[in-house]
Amino acid sequence: MSAPLLELRGVRKRFAARQGLFGGTASVRAVDGVSLAIAPRESFAVVGESGCGKTTLGRLALALEAPSEGQVLFEGQDLAALSGARLRRVRRSLQVIFQDPYASLNPRMTVERIIAEPWDIHGLHKSPAERARRLDKLLDDCGIARGLRARHPHELSGGQRQRVGIARALALEPKLVVADEPVSALDLSVQAQILNLLKDLQAEHQLAYLFISHDFSVVRHLCTRIAVMYLGRIVETADSESLLRDPQHPYTEALLSAVPVPDPEAERLRRRVILSGDVPSPLRPPPGCRFHPRCRYAVAACRTEDPALAEAKPAHLAACPVLPFRARPSEAALTAPGH
Amino acid sequence: MEPVLSVRGLRAHFVTPERTVKAVDGISYDLHAGKTLAVVGESGSGKSVHALSILGLLPSPPAKVVGGEILFGGRDLLRATPAQMRAVRGNRIGMIFQEPMTSLNPVLRVGEQIAEAVRLHRKASPAAAWAKAVELLRKVGIPNPEERARDFPHQFSGGMRQRAMIAIALSCEPDVLIADEPTTALDVTIQAQILELMRELQREYKTALVLITHNIGVVARMADEVVVMYAGRAVERAPVDALFKTPAHPYTRGLLASAPSLYERRERLDAIPGQPPDLGGELAGCPFAPRCPQVMDRCRIEDPPFFRLTGGRRSNCWKSEAAAA
Repeated sequence: MSAPLLELRGVRKRFAARQGLFGGTASVRAVDGVSLAIAPRESFAVVGESGCGKTTLGRLALALEAPSEGQVLFEGQDLAALSGARLRRVRRSLQVIFQDPYASLNPRMTVERIIAEPWDIHGLHKSPAERARRLDKLLDDCGIARGLRARHPHELSGGQRQRVGIARALALEPKLVVADEPVSALDLSVQAQILNLLKDLQAEHQLAYLFISHDFSVVRHLCTRIAVMYLGRIVETADSESLLRDPQHPYTEALLSAVPVPDPEAERLRRRVILSGDVPSPLRPPPGCRFHPRCRYAVAACRTEDPALAEAKPAHLAACPVLPFRARPSEAALTAPGH
Repeated sequence: MEPVLSVRGLRAHFVTPERTVKAVDGISYDLHAGKTLAVVGESGSGKSVHALSILGLLPSPPAKVVGGEILFGGRDLLRATPAQMRAVRGNRIGMIFQEPMTSLNPVLRVGEQIAEAVRLHRKASPAAAWAKAVELLRKVGIPNPEERARDFPHQFSGGMRQRAMIAIALSCEPDVLIADEPTTALDVTIQAQILELMRELQREYKTALVLITHNIGVVARMADEVVVMYAGRAVERAPVDALFKTPAHPYTRGLLASAPSLYERRERLDAIPGQPPDLGGELAGCPFAPRCPQVMDRCRIEDPPFFRLTGGRRSNCWKSEAAAA
């Protein structure tokens, strides 16, 4: 792999949480020892359920949160060591697309101002001719009709709003875009339009994506590598094909088998792993392997020993010493009949 | 066999002095005991308004049911008195909504809310109703139900709240359960639990289920028959296998093609261009015509009927006319 664009080294993030009305404080380990590296122009997905720490991970990558421990490096520079003008410069290369295009755009601004505001903040493209040219290019690239530039967000559909959010993120020609559930609020037919757009823009603008999602189907379409998070940890990471075809962590296996697929025949024949219970509170993660209370493969050692990420297959890491050596039914979570 | 619920040509509009929004503008189906009918569509397609019409819960004004029949137990629910409707709703027809936190009363213990539902429709002493509530919580898979019945809703997780809602909905062993996006707010592993639970209970009680969802994977997992809604109307109705194998309406085809697949990586998704029409405007011809890849001149002028095809299928498209039975 070429020198990483973004690297997380043993990153932990704790938040103080008050317990009860008068109780003391406890600490929630939202991200608890995550290391990963994203290459330039790579699309990397972090997948997990609510509360697994994926959004906090995205905020750490954007330098919106400082890690409690560990380092976040962008092009080799520790983000925590930067401040003022130098941090601002790095931030130009780091942009974000949010989930909710209704809440993330200023309702009082026109489309044009929303997209051009980053230029004012960073003192770029001051000549009106240059501005107009760049704005038109962004509108065209993002599939926004030029006639919409004077409109306000409430006059746009959900899909159009998300396009405006994307155009704004691209205005500063970033190298890395953190996309936090960018299509999960959209209807299926519009979601497909936006996913195609994100794919086109990646090639055209040479972007790397840190794509945060709960949806494996969406992630598979866009990303070449996937990390699965559970209770603040990465439990499995590999290239998308390997991870989806042959999951090496019981949580990934269960998560994949829970995803309903649009094929009634496959749905009838699929072997489904129904996990019991809820995700434990991150305030009190279980001892040993954090997944063991819900794991059907758990052995005695899982209750006491906390497994680290280790190579389960070449270039495929999983934090489970049990599953990779278990004989499992040949139809892995992903193999549908007839596929 | 007689259907337990028949919806015939239902139309519900929102009428304000400025305009009329045709939120539901034609949906028909029969629902049989123990079967699941999925109503699938995108936001604004009218699927939830259709459910509220059946339950008599539409805010009126501005909403108004302007046409059709809802036949249940030998009676048209659209002509039922409020008292008759109260005897049906929550009793013979149960309901579950998307957000269990807003459907449960935050200041009442979960057990009391279930017991209340029992006592509203059945003669039962407070103690018997409480015992029934505990039993229902056990049935829907809540661990330590005697203790958890005394919890308040905020002490339950999202999945447990939805289980409690299901317990309330099933408290009177309804003939029909209407579930509007029951798992949309839940994580995928919890969704799998709830769908499994709904299926088990359905088998046990022979409840007929109307499942309203935007998730075509959930449709594939749960449905026997499917109604696809677009712009307020049913555009296609078919048994689940036929719908996914050979979708008849171009909108259904577009919807299925726009879903990213877990199984294969495609270079591009076949998105449907454009957006659904404004339901407050005057629509001439087929409402899908502006986005349809197979549009013909006729589609822009003449509104297609709901053609009856072979194999219990219906399609609201002129292209289906030749195949119409």
